[in-house]
Amino acid sequence: MRKTLLCLLFSILISLLMANTFSAEDSPWDDGKSIDLNWELSPMVKKVEICRQNGDEPVRILVTCTDATGSFRDNELQPNNEYHYQLKAYFEDDDLTLRASAQTREQWFYMGKLGFLILLLLLCAAIIYYIQAARHGKEFFIRRIAGLDSMEEAIGRATEKGKPILYVPGISDLDDIQTIASLTILSHLAERAAEYDTEIIVPCRFSMVLSAAKEVVREAYIKVGRLDAYKPDNIFYLTDDQFGFVAGIDGIMLRRKPAANFFMGSFYAESLILAETGFATGAIQTAGTAQAHQLPFFVVTCDYTLIGEELFAASAYLSKDPQQLGSLKGHDFGKLLIILLIIVGVILEIMGISNLKEFIVGAIS
Amino acid sequence: MISIMNTFGIWLAAFFTLCIFSFLYKDNPFYKFAEQVFVGLSAAYWLVYIIYSIMVPNLFAKLADDFSGNIILLIPAALGLMMLMRIHPKTQWVSRYPIAIMVGTTAGISMLRYMKSDILQQLTATMINPFAAATTAEVIGNLLMIIGTICGVYFFYFSKKQEGVSKAVSKVGIWFLMVSFGATFGYTVMARISLLIGRLDFLLGDWLHLIK
Repeated sequence: MRKTLLCLLFSILISLLMANTFSAEDSPWDDGKSIDLNWELSPMVKKVEICRQNGDEPVRILVTCTDATGSFRDNELQPNNEYHYQLKAYFEDDDLTLRASAQTREQWFYMGKLGFLILLLLLCAAIIYYIQAARHGKEFFIRRIAGLDSMEEAIGRATEKGKPILYVPGISDLDDIQTIASLTILSHLAERAAEYDTEIIVPCRFSMVLSAAKEVVREAYIKVGRLDAYKPDNIFYLTDDQFGFVAGIDGIMLRRKPAANFFMGSFYAESLILAETGFATGAIQTAGTAQAHQLPFFVVTCDYTLIGEELFAASAYLSKDPQQLGSLKGHDFGKLLIILLIIVGVILEIMGISNLKEFIVGAIS
Repeated sequence: MISIMNTFGIWLAAFFTLCIFSFLYKDNPFYKFAEQVFVGLSAAYWLVYIIYSIMVPNLFAKLADDFSGNIILLIPAALGLMMLMRIHPKTQWVSRYPIAIMVGTTAGISMLRYMKSDILQQLTATMINPFAAATTAEVIGNLLMIIGTICGVYFFYFSKKQEGVSKAVSKVGIWFLMVSFGATFGYTVMARISLLIGRLDFLLGDWLHLIK
């Protein structure tokens, strides 16, 4: 009897000392899509259930546990919305309902992505620095890219044979960075073609690419003072359909028999059909893409292949434009930084320190 | 009627399939015919598709339903019209603006997307303790992954001449790349074989009923 009384007294004391609290607060330094829920209940609690009640939406149970004290982050909410929560605590012979509300707020800075910002700023700063240095006349060394040697060779061969050059700027629209890189290479190639008075054929899959390609080739002909030789009809639209486009190019390769084929940009399942047909016609072929799954087909069917990053480096290498050269040097700085981070990260992981990895993981979560 | 049209469709598809296969012998009028029908039909199909599935529901219908609520759609509409200015030589320059907006926006958006997917995610996936693995094979796999990644990235470092240690590291990098290309090649060829099987299944099953 005395023991029971003591127990009862102890429970009442604890209950009095530990007020049952439940709070909801907007998560700090976030994109306004989460709310932090915290609760502190009597240790006598048997079960805790937290649910979200929002207007006409059905009640959604978020947490079911037995912890007297805890926290939970409710994610994937709408920014600047008010959310209502209800906590139900079940005790031995009673239950308790607590309510809390909070409004999601978007902050200017999402601290979780600080790692992303730092790396991005570092890379951007390096690129800007190198561009400025190149503009001020600093000369940078860029190693020779094997695939680019073929360009002069291919144009020379086409000129000797009196046959055209076929240039395919990929099958993606202008919203693909590879297409943009491809158009820069096209510009250089068109300049050379204009100088040697060699015809250049550019079939396009999308209207935006067609417009940009026409513009690029025309500018190239103007640059070398051969606008009279520019044939706008040689840069044309075929079809939006992926395999229809390839069928059309295959026809061009078979009937017009270009002496050199260039496939630069983004390619998908049609890469082998294109390159194999070109190979069958005996043309000298150069391909460049960052699509890892299509590179093997180009490697086996083309004379030269620009692998991934080489496609982007090619335009800088060819143009010798300070802006592009500086940008390429900035990218190289980024690559060294990545190698360094990997080495440091692996060493730290072996030592059991995961802070660096967690910092970067936080940036991409 | 449906049956006749269905049979006609199968015969037509079989005819065009054989026309395309005839290219295996050499370029011929049947192949040329099939190719040009394909190119022409697909161009027309996509034109109609873009009008009825993209422009009508996303622009015209929205503006007709609630003009003031969708007034922002006038911006892409104007950019589209500016692109059409290419038709006339004197107004061709106008089309440069939508192209510039498209290229600039793409570059900006892609920068963040690729930074996340191609750099940071791969970076963290490589930052592992190679020895924290259950079997020796896994440890070797982890070590190869780390070495392959570092050497692979270094292969694309253009600021230094490839000689001495630099050449060795690049060589290892290109070897890793070539092995991965080989694996990809085999995998994709298998997928292509399944496409061929699909076509043969159509010819021998749906058309000739030789296989059930």
